[in-house]
Amino acid sequence: MAIATKSIKFLVLFTIVFTSFTAFAGGDSPSSDKDGEINTPKGIKEYIKHHLKDSHDFSLFSYSNDAGERKHIGFPLPVIVWTSNGLKTFMSSEFHHNDDGHVLVEKGDTKLTKIHGKIYELDAGASIVSFDAEHHATNAHKVLDFSITKSVFGILLAGLLMILGFGSLAKGYKKGAIPTGVGRILEPLVLYVRDDIAKPNIGEKKYRKFMPYLLTVFFFIWILNLLGLTPLGFNVTGQIAVTVCLAVITTIIYITNGSKDFWAHTLWMPGVPMLLRPILAVLELAGFLLIKPFSLLVRLFANITAGHSVVMGIAALMILLKAQFGTVGATGISFVLTLFLTVIELLVAFLQAYIFTMLSALFIGMAVEEHDHAHDH
Amino acid sequence: MDIFNDFSIGLFAMQLVILLVLLFLLAKFAWKPIMNSLEERESGIEDALEAAANARKEMQNLQADNEKLIKEARAERDAMMKDAREIKEKMIADAKEDAKEVTSKLIASAQASIEQEKQAALAEIKKNVADLSIGIAETVIKKELASKDEQIKLVEGMLKEVTLN
Repeated sequence: MAIATKSIKFLVLFTIVFTSFTAFAGGDSPSSDKDGEINTPKGIKEYIKHHLKDSHDFSLFSYSNDAGERKHIGFPLPVIVWTSNGLKTFMSSEFHHNDDGHVLVEKGDTKLTKIHGKIYELDAGASIVSFDAEHHATNAHKVLDFSITKSVFGILLAGLLMILGFGSLAKGYKKGAIPTGVGRILEPLVLYVRDDIAKPNIGEKKYRKFMPYLLTVFFFIWILNLLGLTPLGFNVTGQIAVTVCLAVITTIIYITNGSKDFWAHTLWMPGVPMLLRPILAVLELAGFLLIKPFSLLVRLFANITAGHSVVMGIAALMILLKAQFGTVGATGISFVLTLFLTVIELLVAFLQAYIFTMLSALFIGMAVEEHDHAHDH
Repeated sequence: MDIFNDFSIGLFAMQLVILLVLLFLLAKFAWKPIMNSLEERESGIEDALEAAANARKEMQNLQADNEKLIKEARAERDAMMKDAREIKEKMIADAKEDAKEVTSKLIASAQASIEQEKQAALAEIKKNVADLSIGIAETVIKKELASKDEQIKLVEGMLKEVTLN
């Protein structure tokens, strides 16, 4: 009974946390139309674009106070950049939330500024950023940016959660064979990855070696997808760099673990005419080195980006429909639709983690498979 | 939105490093012990199930053995009972026969001795009768032959008788 009450409470809290995203998204407004408020379709589009990008600050929301000043609630994150004069570190608060190159941060001889979420180093001698007609900086260049951005912060947070959660699960087994507490939720998930993803796709004999990677990737993506649905506003799995990194690791794993049979079939396909073999080899190589990783990275990136865009867009209906339906009507419509979409996004969060892991396992399975040569090629 | 413009090498590098460190840490401190414990538990359960199945089979075997033993014991008992009954009947029959034989023998010997006694008695009676008759005859003769006339008369009578024969 106590457990049931607890889980209901948890569910309620869960729903509130995820659906309150609506309120946050609607009220938040860093790039302003007027006094930081976003009231126009263009402003909303800009805002969503801004959210989808990585950011150097961790901002929860912002508002205008009575004096008309813009106040940002959140905290700065460390900026670590490799400039032409070496490594420079400072806190992102030094940019004062400016994102269009008007605030310069001087570190020694290096002048740095932030334009559209990217950090630029001004060329020697320049003291102000000049832009061309398409709003590209003409006298500044991008630097290598190893900052702890919002996404890196999210990655670290997810990593910490995983180490805490699974560390406690691992420790729990020392006390008894049946896990307690949070381990009771985590154990079936681990078993799920093992029995429904790894074993069927890689095979009973070889799955063990790849379990750490598959488990890590599955929970990493899932937790980050879920974090993306909280009002914290992470969009880590919607960063192309993150999905590229995941896909590259998967590719490296199945390429380096390819069996003799795999390479034989890829490079010199038996059973087809000699003339076709080189063509097939090119196709197969392209498939394994480019197409498969590309499909992996684009699928995750596109799903999460689309999900965030749609949820935020629907949330913005609150503002756009105000004229037609009044404040209460517009908020009601937007709330119901956003609730519905957020529930779907919860499913998508799991589904994308599952698909990425499953396809990784499938590709690894294809690579490590050893054919029995009883049949003729 | 130009996604390739958004690609940040810095974020890629950070993600790669963090993910690899995370993978290493989790593999060492979480996945390995978790997988080992799960497998240990599963093999434990499997062993327990197998042991239970074996125990059940053994129980069945034992029961079958028991039943077989009981059946054998019952059969043996029945056989013994049958033998005993047969022996009893045979003994009774033998005893009856023996008894019959002994009695018939006894009867026969009794008859024989009775016959003997009878013969003996008859002989004694004959002897006694003879003795008595002789005695009588003696006394008669003694008395009759007291005179000479009488003696001559007797001789003459006897002679007459002889001739008659």
